[in-house]
Amino acid sequence: MAYPTNYRYTREHEWIVLDGSIGSIGITDYAQNSLGDIVYVDVPKVGDTVTAGATFGSVESVKAVSDLYSPVTGTVTATNDELKSSPDKINEAPHETWIIKVELADPGQFNALLDAAAYEAFIAEEQ
Amino acid sequence: MTTNATAPKTLGKVRPHQTQNEALVFEKSSPGKRAYKMPPLDVPAVDAAALLGDAHRKTPGLLPELSEIEIIRHFTRLSTWNYAIDLGMYPLGSCTMKYNPRVNEAVARIEGLAEAHPYRPDSLAQGILDVIDLLQRCLIEITGMDAITLQPAAGAHGEFTGILLVRAWHESQGNARRKILIPDSAHGTNPATAAICGYTVENLKSNSEGGIDLEALTRQVDEETAALMLTNPSTIGVFESQIHKIADILHAKGALLYMDGANMNALVGKARPGDFGVDVMHLNLHKTFSTPHGGGGPGSGPVACKAFLEPFLPTPVLCKTGNREQGTGNRDQGTGNRQGLGTEGPGTAGQLHWIYDRPQSVGRVRAFYGNTGMFIRALAYILANGPDGLRQTTEDAVLNANYIRAKLEDLYELPYKTASMHEVVFSDKRQAAKGVKTGDIAKRLIDYGFHPYTVSFPMIVHGALMIEPTESESLEELDLFIEAMRAIAREVDETPDLVKTAPHSTRVSRLDEVQAARKPILRWRPTE
Repeated sequence: MAYPTNYRYTREHEWIVLDGSIGSIGITDYAQNSLGDIVYVDVPKVGDTVTAGATFGSVESVKAVSDLYSPVTGTVTATNDELKSSPDKINEAPHETWIIKVELADPGQFNALLDAAAYEAFIAEEQ
Repeated sequence: MTTNATAPKTLGKVRPHQTQNEALVFEKSSPGKRAYKMPPLDVPAVDAAALLGDAHRKTPGLLPELSEIEIIRHFTRLSTWNYAIDLGMYPLGSCTMKYNPRVNEAVARIEGLAEAHPYRPDSLAQGILDVIDLLQRCLIEITGMDAITLQPAAGAHGEFTGILLVRAWHESQGNARRKILIPDSAHGTNPATAAICGYTVENLKSNSEGGIDLEALTRQVDEETAALMLTNPSTIGVFESQIHKIADILHAKGALLYMDGANMNALVGKARPGDFGVDVMHLNLHKTFSTPHGGGGPGSGPVACKAFLEPFLPTPVLCKTGNREQGTGNRDQGTGNRQGLGTEGPGTAGQLHWIYDRPQSVGRVRAFYGNTGMFIRALAYILANGPDGLRQTTEDAVLNANYIRAKLEDLYELPYKTASMHEVVFSDKRQAAKGVKTGDIAKRLIDYGFHPYTVSFPMIVHGALMIEPTESESLEELDLFIEAMRAIAREVDETPDLVKTAPHSTRVSRLDEVQAARKPILRWRPTE
């Protein structure tokens, strides 16, 4: 699966895409493929703060529970309620399925993350 | 049903007993059936409703109604669908599913031990207290630690107790500290323990050999680090050869080294955590010391520690009157008040007593003294083997794992080449290229009459097959297992769908694990 070039990525396999100062955050195709069938997603509350590099929730598959790491620092403005009943959306369309939306404290953090080419090189190494 | 196409070549293994489908006990219920008959009432009847008032239940509880033979058959049938160590090899990596010797059971049924009551005064319970005392001293010697509590009910409970000791000690030094370091190969219970004890978990990446990266450790340990929780040998079955340096790095910053004793079966009689820098650790009597594991339990997770942590041990601790040093290793430091002595009068020197006056203790972690029945079994195992027997056990466990490794490494990918201890971790890399994953191979292993190995753990190995034979298995049984694994590898090449749709010889075919997790049905409900 192609990694959208307007997104930015973390080494913990999250992606973020910006719309103004609001970033949508999800997990990559590589992450969903490693995890297998996702059965539950644990997310923060709207209004909570998240910190770059720190966990903001977790995603549970049949195999394991994995932490979600925030790519940026900011305030949660929305969570994807659809994932409560259909966590499998992440497996079906990982790059279209956002988990939380965050108002970035410093929009400059976005560009400091991995771009698609750098992320693809990183996962090629992981495999 | 088994068909010729899907049945594995017979290897002389037991095959799961197949019978007709078994309904739930509720579904078998038929109104009015009884498994008992009461004699006629020969005392005056009472009006329960009048006596109980609001507490009187208006509608009877929904309980199944069956005859005695139906109940007996139901549970007997279910019992035949189990797989158990008594049926064959149970190579569930990291779980140490070893044989539970029958002599343990014989000893645990000795009347004086089996019927000991926790409320009996210490002076009348010296026999069972002797058992506890001797087990404590044996475990202290085996681990090389200074003191121990047997209270925790299993491994994760032991971790919790151990980290409470760590926290209590740091608090006594003026700062509980903030974080605990945990390698990415750890059991999930480690971070859960740290979090529940109020610590932030910081992940420690493994190096290319699956061990601790000393440079990363040095960078990450600081004055806010309470401890490192380390499993040694690690979950990929590799001994942490730099364990002394790891301990030194931690201690230089005032942090402690916690050892998860899950893999102690590779060390008993050979290496002592107390000698290689561990400050506190737990043991699993239901793994290493041959007490029943899993549904048959209960478990037992003793926590052993160095002397400086002893004042914080859960209450009560066992002490020997007038002879503390030769007692259980537990010293009631500094209290100067050994309870119970006054009530016993003269002539009780050498008696064992529970000591409750422990002002620095983290408190009780379990009712009474722990799962005492397991203490008896573990002690029986230790004494039946003796020091040389325990050493032999460790050697055989390591030899068995390495035999499997040597016989399978040409067919299954070995992600870490470091010498294996008591378990070996392969990956499904070669089979995954054909679309067959570790979970599929494990399901196919059921068709060959074996319990599956541990699937998809540790997390640092993608598609892990974690195999721990333990010392219990004979060369013949190991060869059957190896033959089964080799046959499955051939099937992956020739008929991959056969493996992907396994098991084929069980009562029910492959279950939908995803649906079970997403939409679990947790209890039976009557249909309308």
